[in-house]
Amino acid sequence: MTTGPEIESALVELRVAAPPDLLPRVMADVGLADRYARFDSPIGPLIVAWNGLGVSAVEASTDDSTFEASHLARTRRAAWAAEQVPDRLARSIARRLDGDRRVRIELDLRGHTDFEQNVWAKALEIPRGEVRPYGWIAAEIGHPRAVRAVGTALGHNPVPLIVPCHRVVRTDGSIGQYSLGGPVNKRIILAAEGLDPDALEATGRSGVRYVGSDSTHIVCLPTCHAARRIGAAHRVPFRSLPHAVSAGYRPCRSCRPGSGAIAA
Amino acid sequence: MMETDDSLVSALARDLDGTFEALVVAHQDRLYSIALRMLGDRSDAEEAAQDALVRAYRALAGYDGPRIEALRLRPWLATIVLNLCRSRLVRQGTRGQRPLSLEVALPATAEPRSEDSRRPEAVVAARDAAGEWARLLMTLPLAYRSAVVLRHVDGLSYPELAAALDRPEGTVKAQVHRGLAMLRNALELTAAHDREEVIA
Repeated sequence: MTTGPEIESALVELRVAAPPDLLPRVMADVGLADRYARFDSPIGPLIVAWNGLGVSAVEASTDDSTFEASHLARTRRAAWAAEQVPDRLARSIARRLDGDRRVRIELDLRGHTDFEQNVWAKALEIPRGEVRPYGWIAAEIGHPRAVRAVGTALGHNPVPLIVPCHRVVRTDGSIGQYSLGGPVNKRIILAAEGLDPDALEATGRSGVRYVGSDSTHIVCLPTCHAARRIGAAHRVPFRSLPHAVSAGYRPCRSCRPGSGAIAA
Repeated sequence: MMETDDSLVSALARDLDGTFEALVVAHQDRLYSIALRMLGDRSDAEEAAQDALVRAYRALAGYDGPRIEALRLRPWLATIVLNLCRSRLVRQGTRGQRPLSLEVALPATAEPRSEDSRRPEAVVAARDAAGEWARLLMTLPLAYRSAVVLRHVDGLSYPELAAALDRPEGTVKAQVHRGLAMLRNALELTAAHDREEVIA
């Protein structure tokens, strides 16, 4: 016969330690800390960090302690290594990098200014395979003179690739800077998205800023999907928007080339 | 523990985000243990404990300072994890009476304990006994299992238990005693069954 105290001490033995992953999971879930893991991209291994609010960082892979220290300095949140990016998030990122804009990826952009967030939200509207000038973003968010500030905000983009700051280039068509490993990586990513960076720069060097169709009389930015469908026989290059407008062309409603012209 | 919780709630009331990690560290083992002994499955228990702590954070974020200071953390957190375990069990439709895997039946005391100079056979026997208790607990109806787990696995006092289960102290005492009696009976039955097998 088992006596009372024996049962009681047997039940105390059923206390166990929580699994080591419970603390990081809870802290990340409530947004007080982040998890991170590595994934492969066209420009090599990257680190992605996330928490219960969304993705908080994408950057070139470094060793764990370097990333954890820089993440803490930047966000004031600890980052704990996870075995891998959660399946759903990994699939969403893969689909987004594939050009599928319907997939929603939550972002944790706490601590950044409204101006920065507006710049990044606008960059998110640029379709895969197209680029826009810095001045286009500035004009579209209602700060046509803030072209440099737009460049700075794009440089501070904590989630490159997901927010496609690589799709923003100089007005003259030159590729410009890139926070995720410099201009070389920017060219690789744009090429992976179906753009020819050399042709883009050549077009810019020749002075061409806009392309119209003499059958529709619509004028576009050169990489607009509509502009790329214009056959060689109907393709009319322009150096400025006023030139195009005075020739009887109206700005494309999709790429809104007028936004670039205000600041250019 | 009680004094620690008093200073913890004052700190939570002043700075929830800066103090929450300390709450998790102080309470994660007991919440996981409650969940494991209610659910009988490690990954279910980890999810339930995680869910409970996340819900606790969200609730605290909505409370003002005085309300946080007035909290009794031990029974309050126990109620949250217990409710999550109950709704899981209802969802599974099994009332928790499914067979336990061997892995779960073994207590997770892999780290050597202080009295571990015991002979290996004794350690194994002790482990088997703990596994047996874990299995028997899972055969108890939910109300009794909850009362026994909170009182004797988690170690809540009867006033804390009454608060956690929102029942009068007399009722929870009766549930604990009845639960222990049922456990004792179940153990006798198992022992008798084993003897029959040996004879056969």
